[in-house]
Amino acid sequence: MPVQYTGIVEEHKAVREAAGVFDISHMGEFFISGSNGLAFLNGLLTNDAAKLGVGQGQYTLMLNEQGGVIDDLILYRLHEEEFLLVVNAAKIEEDRAWIRKNIPAGVVFCDKSDVTGALALQGPKALEIARAFLGAGWPEPKRNEITSYSWNCQNVLAARTGYTGEDGVELFFVNDIAENFFLSLLEAGKPLGLKPCGLGARDTLRLEACLPLNGNDLSALRTPIEAGLGLFVSLTKEADFPGKDVLQKQKTNGVNQKLVAFRLTDKGPPPRPHYRLFLGGEQVGETTSGAPSPTLGYGIGLAYVEVEEAEPGTVLEMEVRGVRVLVEVVKKPFYKRAV
Amino acid sequence: MSTIPEQLRYAASHEWIKVEGETGTVGISDHAQHELNDVVYVELPKVGTKIAAGAVVAVIESVKAASDIYSPASGEVVEVNGDLVKKPELVNSDPYGAAWLFRLKLSSPAEVEALKDAAGYKSQIGE
Repeated sequence: MPVQYTGIVEEHKAVREAAGVFDISHMGEFFISGSNGLAFLNGLLTNDAAKLGVGQGQYTLMLNEQGGVIDDLILYRLHEEEFLLVVNAAKIEEDRAWIRKNIPAGVVFCDKSDVTGALALQGPKALEIARAFLGAGWPEPKRNEITSYSWNCQNVLAARTGYTGEDGVELFFVNDIAENFFLSLLEAGKPLGLKPCGLGARDTLRLEACLPLNGNDLSALRTPIEAGLGLFVSLTKEADFPGKDVLQKQKTNGVNQKLVAFRLTDKGPPPRPHYRLFLGGEQVGETTSGAPSPTLGYGIGLAYVEVEEAEPGTVLEMEVRGVRVLVEVVKKPFYKRAV
Repeated sequence: MSTIPEQLRYAASHEWIKVEGETGTVGISDHAQHELNDVVYVELPKVGTKIAAGAVVAVIESVKAASDIYSPASGEVVEVNGDLVKKPELVNSDPYGAAWLFRLKLSSPAEVEALKDAAGYKSQIGE
């Protein structure tokens, strides 16, 4: 996927107002099956996989023993004993090694990342385009669900998920048909305003929706509790997953720093990752993501700050190339679509 | 295809310079503004700053990223284009005109001769 096709702002607006399609073939697809698959996944990931019915998906995290994030991913239950994990491209090797290290007998692991193509079709017109493109018989998935369908005699998995804050589907298929599938979909969606979109727009869209990016907002040194992802951690499930004890302690005792959303209140340079945040003379945090928001028209970002300064309304100073500009902690997310 | 005016000189890092007497006016190329896309913020040097050729002298921020701008020649900054503070988008719409960045009193005008001419820059960017 290129950074941009026609321009980040234009692509960003297409997704907010009509629809955009992203080539996300770089992402990893792991399949896990076998009678012990569910138990294995519940001992590997933070969310409760047992809550998934067949055809349902959930956002979940893979942690190290210290509770730090190895990866954040979506887990789908394709069949009673078959699961799909969609993982970050940069983490395929690390995730695979971690799974292989922990895998017990009776669980079959298969990495199909190299042979799987994927597209994210996102925006208020995404479903209308998907229906027109895939045809009348397409079993439309509901939010977070996944369905299987045949397109030109090829199996296509469609999940009602995304990384933009808009409605839409993520489509998975065998790599051989990727180019044809992408071009045909673009053609079919053109009358409804569908545009090809790149990594640049993907980043500004996910940032406005406050969806974390692993490597920026998530890291091996930060836990999901610090990242504000407690909703996707089940501490009540029976299974022990790596880092569970650390997370339990954080939940009881609290954390020192939290991931917050902030906006630029000055007319200054836009926030970027790794800018330091100050209150008076003291450093109280550091940014992990930042960009000018195409939807809102001002600079926005995410940062880890001391919990004392994490309340919306708190005004901090952000240091940009030796100069300090004012930012304000705000409620997450920056953007929420009208339902 | 981007616009590459004949009368300017170009640095490999995509800045242009126009020399009139002892003064050089500096901006970024049409190709560079197109690559950056959607410029949202321009940070200019202070008048009086003495700068060496190749040193970072300004920053242009697009939606995508912050990009350093290098001075194509050595000298003292004698004027900056304050319009860009309020209208950074001029960098996209008029890179060779209204979006000039700053003017230098050149300390060694011969440096400019070593920069690329339009044909050399054109071949560098593969057009």
